[in-house]
Amino acid sequence: MQGITKSFPGVLANDKIDFAVEKGEIHGLLGENGAGKTVLMSILYGLYKPDEGKISVNGKDVEIDSPRTAMKLGIGMVHQHFMVVPSLTVTENIILGREPTKNRILLDSKKAFDDVKEFCDRYKLQVDLKAPIHALPVGMQQRVEILKALYRGADVLVLDEPTSVLTPPEVQELFKAVSALKNQGKTVIFISHKLREVLAICDRVTVLRRGKVVGTVKANATSLGELARMMVGREVIFKFDKEQPQTRKAVLRVENIQAVDDRGLPALKDIDFDVYAYEILGIAGVEGNGQTELVETLAGIRKATAGKILLNEIDITEASPSKRIQMGTSIVPEDRQKRGLIMGFSVMENIILGSHDQPPFAKGLVRINIKEALNYAKKLMDSLVHGSNGRINVREVLSYARKLVESLILGSRDKTTIAKGFVRLDITQTSDYARRLIEEFSIKTPDKDTLAQHLSGGTQQRVVLAREFSRNPKLIIASQPTRGLDVGATEYVRSRLVDIRSKGCAVLLISADLDEIWALSDRIAVIYEGRIVAVKDPERTSETELGLLMAGGKSD
Amino acid sequence: MVGLIDIINVGLFAATLRMATPIAYGALGGIFSERSGVVNIGLEGMMLTGAFTGVTVSYFIGNPWLGVLAAILAGGLLGLLHGVITVKFAGNQIVSGTGINIFALGFTAYMSQTIWGSRGASDSVQGLPDISIPLLKDIPVIGEIIGTHTPLVYVVLIITVVSFIVLFKTPFGLRIRAVGERPEAADTAGIDVYRTKYICLIISGMLAGLGGAFLSLGQLSLFTYGMTGGRGFIALAAMIFGKWMPFGAFGASVMFGFADALQMRLQALGLLPPQIILMIPYILTVAVLAGVVGKAIPPSNYKPYVKE
Amino acid sequence: MENLTEHVNKLNLQVRRLFQRLEAELRASVPKMLPQVIAIVLAFAVGAIMLLLTGYNPFEAYAAMLIGAFGDTFGIGQTFAQATPIIFTALAFLFAYKCGLFNIGAEGQFLIGAFFAALVGISFSGLPSFIHIPLALGAGILGGAMWGFVPGVLKAKLGAHEVITTMMLSYVALYITGYMVNYPFKAPGWVAQTVLISPSAWLPQILPPTQLSLSIVVAVLLAVATHYTLCRTTIGYEVRAIGLNPSAAESGGIGIKKGIILALVISGAMAGLGGAGEVLGIHRRFIEGFSPGYGWDGLAVALVGGLNPFGILLASVLFGALRSGGMTMTRTTHVPLDVASILQALVILFVAAPMLIKYLLKRGGVKWSGS
Repeated sequence: MQGITKSFPGVLANDKIDFAVEKGEIHGLLGENGAGKTVLMSILYGLYKPDEGKISVNGKDVEIDSPRTAMKLGIGMVHQHFMVVPSLTVTENIILGREPTKNRILLDSKKAFDDVKEFCDRYKLQVDLKAPIHALPVGMQQRVEILKALYRGADVLVLDEPTSVLTPPEVQELFKAVSALKNQGKTVIFISHKLREVLAICDRVTVLRRGKVVGTVKANATSLGELARMMVGREVIFKFDKEQPQTRKAVLRVENIQAVDDRGLPALKDIDFDVYAYEILGIAGVEGNGQTELVETLAGIRKATAGKILLNEIDITEASPSKRIQMGTSIVPEDRQKRGLIMGFSVMENIILGSHDQPPFAKGLVRINIKEALNYAKKLMDSLVHGSNGRINVREVLSYARKLVESLILGSRDKTTIAKGFVRLDITQTSDYARRLIEEFSIKTPDKDTLAQHLSGGTQQRVVLAREFSRNPKLIIASQPTRGLDVGATEYVRSRLVDIRSKGCAVLLISADLDEIWALSDRIAVIYEGRIVAVKDPERTSETELGLLMAGGKSD
Repeated sequence: MVGLIDIINVGLFAATLRMATPIAYGALGGIFSERSGVVNIGLEGMMLTGAFTGVTVSYFIGNPWLGVLAAILAGGLLGLLHGVITVKFAGNQIVSGTGINIFALGFTAYMSQTIWGSRGASDSVQGLPDISIPLLKDIPVIGEIIGTHTPLVYVVLIITVVSFIVLFKTPFGLRIRAVGERPEAADTAGIDVYRTKYICLIISGMLAGLGGAFLSLGQLSLFTYGMTGGRGFIALAAMIFGKWMPFGAFGASVMFGFADALQMRLQALGLLPPQIILMIPYILTVAVLAGVVGKAIPPSNYKPYVKE
Repeated sequence: MENLTEHVNKLNLQVRRLFQRLEAELRASVPKMLPQVIAIVLAFAVGAIMLLLTGYNPFEAYAAMLIGAFGDTFGIGQTFAQATPIIFTALAFLFAYKCGLFNIGAEGQFLIGAFFAALVGISFSGLPSFIHIPLALGAGILGGAMWGFVPGVLKAKLGAHEVITTMMLSYVALYITGYMVNYPFKAPGWVAQTVLISPSAWLPQILPPTQLSLSIVVAVLLAVATHYTLCRTTIGYEVRAIGLNPSAAESGGIGIKKGIILALVISGAMAGLGGAGEVLGIHRRFIEGFSPGYGWDGLAVALVGGLNPFGILLASVLFGALRSGGMTMTRTTHVPLDVASILQALVILFVAAPMLIKYLLKRGGVKWSGS
């Protein structure tokens, strides 16, 4: 690929990139999130058209305008987010687009099965061919993706962040498979931001930074440090200076929590841990071991099927999300676009989300008292009905009508009050608050009324942080808080987490980034298959031990 | 004295099949559309247009079969329109369908006025003949129920089976399901997502048009204003009730047909005010949706698929 | 004493600020409506072609429509009178839409509201108007709200798609009111209608001999109230949040189920109020089939109005003109009345695909940067 340039609105994703891969090699494409790796490979696979530049395969110049063309040229891609159809079987997914038929119309299921089986045997990738995809574990699904590409005659396989969803043992399996592919004469392009893995499996590595090529090196001629420098361009602060925790007050107590996931399968089997004030408890684990469900259960979005959650000794297991926010729980969700922000709302509107119905942002108390209302309604009807015969007491009717309306707007407070809330938004207060936070958190936005969707990822995360941190919470749950952010934004988020910890907040950090857990946590817990399998002191454990625990092994 | 036998008899079941037919056509059409990822609220309009076109062509040419053909084409055309709006221009599927419905209602009335001078009803035309299947009709009881019908009734049975085969036993059906459930996956597998959706929508429209032709040519031999009477929407309910499977949808259509046939009998016998009985299929639909949709998962998420 | 003057001054200031804001909002919304305007033009163009092909003169037809709608006081009055019910149903659709819901059963909610209002109208006599009218309107609101509550609950608790439930309930409403007006509440005579409601419940007609009644004032007030509710109240905030991103709204403590039900209840109530207005202001009784599809027009108007209350006011006048002008057109040129609904449908179809408009604009060399 020569001189490839591609830009999207507001972003120059690829800037005159030259990238060459030799036959039969495993070539790593390394770079931070957002460096342009996926875009470059998407161009190679025909999903995007480059603005400038050309591509040549086996010496011939080609134009790749669609995945079909790419496949014809022998280029196959395994995406980060699997492109599988959940309800179809493995076989069906693999043959999709190239289905064998008998007499041209009907599907030849037997031949399909046999053909795919042959591929499985040839490349030593075993999968249950008849199972529907949604029932398979992630590692298996990825194998299906690889088989799909091979089935279509791929000689060059592009693997996009393949290890981001795998457990350490599955990663080893993948490496074995990749080596086997190389032995079969295939070429592999390995996209990743994980230094260690790229160094382990690749022959050569090309590093991208901010859309430009920084350099191409041989794996056995370089080091972790050099690669890191190439990726990032400066010394990265890996550890934060932290003061020792001062008190041992348990802010969050989670006792024997169980919960099921969206499919009804158990996701949390027995979760038990505490988080103290002035502490960051990091929960390490490969994605898919119940972290998402844990956060949702703690937030109140998912109902626990058993167990108790206590916030400062108060039982909040049954409390609504709204109540939990009011009681001092703040959450930085793992998917800021889905759960964190409302893209169509302005910065200001997003900043008050969660507190929007309370003073000072809302005013105008309304209380609807149903018993009172019914009472006055009855009296009103009575006086009207008697009035139909010609003798109505207008004053009485009016008085009852007025009392009825009153009971619907500001009725007295007792057991029959069915609705209570502040109705009007206080724009002045909201605007002031928003402006204050924009400044305090250096949120890069033209003004408070800009829609969230027009902000960059890092800025969006700042909005979320601004909102959650400024509530003076007692507990912060940060789930994958630096995902998809560049180095600068990542450092900012981490420093703020440390900062709020020093102010006495209890922080629950859930991250798939082991480096992050190391850097920030006072204690590290490992979650595996819905259970907390260990709680360790970072000073007294190692990455190997954690990796083992994360994969379900037992520590000594 | 009205006895139960006056209500529950062979005629009721024969009528059930007749009433079920247009709904089944609509439901099958709906399945193709939704399985490929597009909501087709416009089934009602496509059916009505089919009904009208069938009568019109039969009126001018004198051949009801050509009318049926024209109905299929008209329905397919509207299906294509729906496709162009929702697929090519990523328009809102519900709005597009609603627009097609309003258009069909107004347009058919307008043309009815223009051609026959009356927007309420057209002139009588040559309709479709009933046929009797030789061996079938001699079976006692069952023969009376299914032995003699207008051909389009038998056709819908055939199409139900064919739909199942196409969806689940052919590569094309596999692709449809992939396109509907995960268009990105189908796209990267090299399937032309847009083309697949277009084809499915055209099929959807054609089937709806065929259902409409049944109503006008197969039943009444004329066209009346808004004669589909919401059947396009009941067809959607039948499709959901049948969990987007051809046989299930057909079964659900039979259920709705039964309700409709029963209502007519009760009305003819003067047992209940017509409105009460006419309400039943609609309330039934709501009940069905209340009881069923909680567990039914649509095959797609109905978002328009837009490539970069 | 000082307290009172203070209050009055504050009120004055608030009212003035309100008007300023209204003006600003209007000025902001109107230019964004270019795609809708183009859609209208295209629709009329296609309609003209259709008229030509079937042997009518489109210029004659359109001219007759225009004159009929705006040519004289009677026409104008009728145009606005026809626009009135559509404003209600359009606002109803809009409110539900902002919550991500498609309420296409406004017609049914409209009918139920109309019937409830008629009931109150005929059940009491001798009441002073300033009691009877609000009571009847209130009944209309209640009826529509009930009719929105059912699909709301079904959607919130059972996930039943509101498109189908609201549509089906529309038919149910049609038949229930039909039954009521043919049997229990039928007035003597051949027509399926109730008896006349008490004069104390009549909404005054403000421009006789046209049908324009005070209902239009209610409609405009409702438009303003809708805007205010959506932008400046917590209810509106939550409704919009649910419509834009239910997951984030849930994380923000907003009750999704309650929100959905509330949105559909309010939506239905608005449509019901519209029905009540028609009964109290024009017909003064409930007549079977009195609504020529106001619910459906509401959907079109909401879209053509760019999904904001002020655009809706403008678009409703357009549709009202189509209806009232259409009647003149049929009378003088014998072009079938259905042309009006065809034009309506064409506008909807063109509005449904905003990208179509953008595409055409690009072809025509204009760059449109609005959303």
